[in-house]
Amino acid sequence: MNKIESKDVNFFYGASQALKNINIAIKPNTVTALIGPSGCGKSTYLRLFNRMNDLIDNTKINGQVLIDGDDIYAKGVNVDSLRKKVGMVFQKPNPFPKTIFENVAYGLRVNGISDKKLIEERVETSIKQVVLWDEVKDKLKKSAFELSGGQQQRLCIARALAIQPSILLMDEPTSALDPISTAKVEELIYELKTKYTIVIVTHNMQQAGRVSDTTAFFYMGELIEHDNTKTIFTNPKIERTQNYITGRFG
Amino acid sequence: MLSGTVTSLTVVLIVIFLFKEGLGVFDKKPVEDGYVIALNKNNPVQKLSSEQIKNIYDQKITHWSELGGKPDSIVLFRLEDISNFYSDDEIGANFEGLPNCINRLIDSLPDIIAFFPDKYLDKNFKGKQLAVDKISFKEFFGGKEWFPTAQPSAQLGVLPLILGTLWVSLGAILLALPLGLAAAVYMSEIANDRVRRIMKPLIELLAGIPSVVYGFFGLVIIVPLIQKTFNLPVGETGLAGSIVLGIMALPTIITISEDAMRNTPRAMKEASLALGASKWQTIYKVVVPYSISGISAGAILGIGRAIGETMAVLMVTGNAAVIPHSILEPVRTIPATIAAELGEAPNGGLHYKALFALGCILFLITLFINLTVEFISNRNKYNKH
Amino acid sequence: MPDENKLAKSKKRKQAVAFGIFRILTYSIVAILFIILSFIIYKGISVINWNFITQMPTEGMTKGGIFPAIVGTLCLVAGSMIFAFPVGVLAAIYMNEYVKDGIIKKIIKQMTNNLAGIPSIVFGLFGMSLFVNKLHFGDSILAGSLTLGLLALPVVIRTTEESLKAVDNTFRHASLGLGATKWETTRRVVLPIAFPNIITGLILSIGRVSGETAPILFTVAAYFLPKLPTSIFDQAMALPYHLYVLSTSGTDIEATRPIAYGTALVLIIIVLIANLLANGLRKYFGKKVKMN
Ligand SMILES: Nc1ncnc2c1ncn2[C@@H]1O[C@H](COP(=O)(O)OP(=O)(O)OP(=O)(O)O)[C@@H](O)[C@H]1O
Ligand SMILES: [Mg+2]
Repeated sequence: MNKIESKDVNFFYGASQALKNINIAIKPNTVTALIGPSGCGKSTYLRLFNRMNDLIDNTKINGQVLIDGDDIYAKGVNVDSLRKKVGMVFQKPNPFPKTIFENVAYGLRVNGISDKKLIEERVETSIKQVVLWDEVKDKLKKSAFELSGGQQQRLCIARALAIQPSILLMDEPTSALDPISTAKVEELIYELKTKYTIVIVTHNMQQAGRVSDTTAFFYMGELIEHDNTKTIFTNPKIERTQNYITGRFG
Repeated sequence: MLSGTVTSLTVVLIVIFLFKEGLGVFDKKPVEDGYVIALNKNNPVQKLSSEQIKNIYDQKITHWSELGGKPDSIVLFRLEDISNFYSDDEIGANFEGLPNCINRLIDSLPDIIAFFPDKYLDKNFKGKQLAVDKISFKEFFGGKEWFPTAQPSAQLGVLPLILGTLWVSLGAILLALPLGLAAAVYMSEIANDRVRRIMKPLIELLAGIPSVVYGFFGLVIIVPLIQKTFNLPVGETGLAGSIVLGIMALPTIITISEDAMRNTPRAMKEASLALGASKWQTIYKVVVPYSISGISAGAILGIGRAIGETMAVLMVTGNAAVIPHSILEPVRTIPATIAAELGEAPNGGLHYKALFALGCILFLITLFINLTVEFISNRNKYNKH
Repeated sequence: MPDENKLAKSKKRKQAVAFGIFRILTYSIVAILFIILSFIIYKGISVINWNFITQMPTEGMTKGGIFPAIVGTLCLVAGSMIFAFPVGVLAAIYMNEYVKDGIIKKIIKQMTNNLAGIPSIVFGLFGMSLFVNKLHFGDSILAGSLTLGLLALPVVIRTTEESLKAVDNTFRHASLGLGATKWETTRRVVLPIAFPNIITGLILSIGRVSGETAPILFTVAAYFLPKLPTSIFDQAMALPYHLYVLSTSGTDIEATRPIAYGTALVLIIIVLIANLLANGLRKYFGKKVKMN
């Protein structure tokens, strides 16, 4: 069964249509890269999966978005629970103005977990998962702002993992990072794939090539092509995809 | 160039004029110019403080022994008592015999203390004029009584006024803070754009209503209401002041803390929501902690507004210059005192200077508040890179 | 992990309760505003008529109108603005267009903030000792206007500054690029664009100044004058002070109540008009100028 599926999705900001008739199916435990020129609707699309666009006034969606077979835009769906299942990592590291420990514990606390031991356990495993433990284990009580940008971003990933989602959405997670931090995050994505279904927006073609199983190319709100990453990068069916990937337009 | 510095210039001028007059109070004696206090020349007492003089004339001190003198009871003399001792003939139709009478009286009564205008001081005066201490800092800031027109010796203790001001302002902020913060949260995080667009001008209107109008409203509505509710002799109380000031402090609190909350980065809120937090959890776990310095700035400025407010308080607090024991008693604040008394204080006199000294205190309090706010918001900028 | 549905429900419930409380508290503030406004309008509306506006007070201020107070307030508003508006606008221009970012600008800013934070009664004290006593203006419209003008200065400076800041830098660069001097650029390009917002600031300060009482207590305000002021060295009555007098120390407080309501309403109307006008202008020109 498909983990995520979108059927004839149209999305509007007020009167302007940002997504046109998008149909995509994503298999569990894969990494899907969303690529395309700036403003083509990648972020908008990604944010449909955890209903983040609900926060923006005057937006409208039609069509269906299914996760594990359930329409997440159906009536009576609890958005908070949905977001627990669908974690998100943002473009810029955005830790809370709290301690490192509390940042990771936050998702647990707001979801009604108060057992101290359980929280400590989860915080530790999550930070270990993002290979940050050795760097921060002695300063868990320090402010998260004291970490470097790359460390902050990994902390944000740990924060998302702590509530044990099954899907991880990442919107240009390495665009604010230096090459070494970027490499670390990419490695991490590769490892996380065994447990999570990952959708990642990126402007970096090499990155898409390195980490993803399938790639979707968007252009002006339309899905031009979605296929195995290898196929898209070596043998795309549509010329516009080819042009974009080889950098003939931007 | 000059125009750029006009505000700085004004502030400097205000400081100069205020403090020149205000500090003058410590150069003055509490006994009004043109009056003397005199004792019998054999009385060993040389000097009395303002408070001692007052207590003598209030008959709280009745024996010279309490002041380091002989164990005899004090004989009080005021000018109007003169007819008890001498006939109209001796005094004379135009008081031409008065100096002589006073002189003889003081000489004849060893335990007398006399207070009279110095124009009636006899040329060969046989008593001794009493040295009176200048007003001291301690007396001014520690004195428990504010009675600047008291005769023979003015009482200039600002403690009741300072306490009254803080008392009323504290009450105001306790009332205004929950309301104001709730409104700020509601407007910045909960309400939709349409509601916000309606609310903003209303809050601005609330800020624009003149303080006399608030005072008037307080006087005709809140004061009688308090009187009836608590069954008091008068409704003009600290509580009335706090309520009116609370309303007046609302716009400051709301505008500033709403601004601060609205400045919470969107990314921060989204991160919280993306973790499955509800909107409410996001508000109290992320938005409020993030904007806490802005919120405190709003609260502090609200207090500042309350402390400096004059007319409304003057009209509803009853203006009793005593240290308040409950919010249901009349109190008097610093600004209200200035407003109420400056009109009657003779130019350049002790009372006048004392009121300017009150102005200095007020100025320093508000300056302190401004700098605190500045400090808080600077520290904040630094924290968030 | 607690039961998913129960958790979701409890989160929802808590949120609903909290938001409900916030909404009620917010609306209660609106209610307070409306109570104040409607009370004064209700009590005052029957008093206000043409005679009330245009006649002198009579019979110990228990009858007649409030004409001299209106005239006095107009004089004071005009006087203070004649002083504060040009000076404030120039100061803001100087700050925004000429001074470089740095310590000097910071000091000036801080001083403006400090000035804005000084309580109005302190302005009154200052005005009395400088204008009334030191410069021998006496209790006069001149002294009162200057005192009020100083009080309004930070408001004018801030609103002007914000409207100047709202002018896009490309306009400045374009003009400077064409060889215009800085002053020409400011005068011909920046000011015209910022003008509507500056006017909004002016209107707001007028609203503020017309309601101030404490600064005029000892610099100009008269309890009662049988005739109108004829020069700037005359004392004058003023609306806010008149309301204070009527409500606390009139000869017969009960008999003066209606006049007090009328006076309060006139003050409210002035503030309302200033706010509406400012908001209207703001909407019309579409740029924001902050109040207070
Ligand atoms: N909040 C919003 N309100 C109105 N329009 C928006 C909003 N956010 C995005 N848009 C519009 O929707 C379109 C798609 O935006 P989106 O952010 O999804 O692009 P993107 O592919 O993520 O671009 P980038 O690579 O620059 O991040 C753009 O035309 C953008 O202007
Ligand atoms: Mg994007």
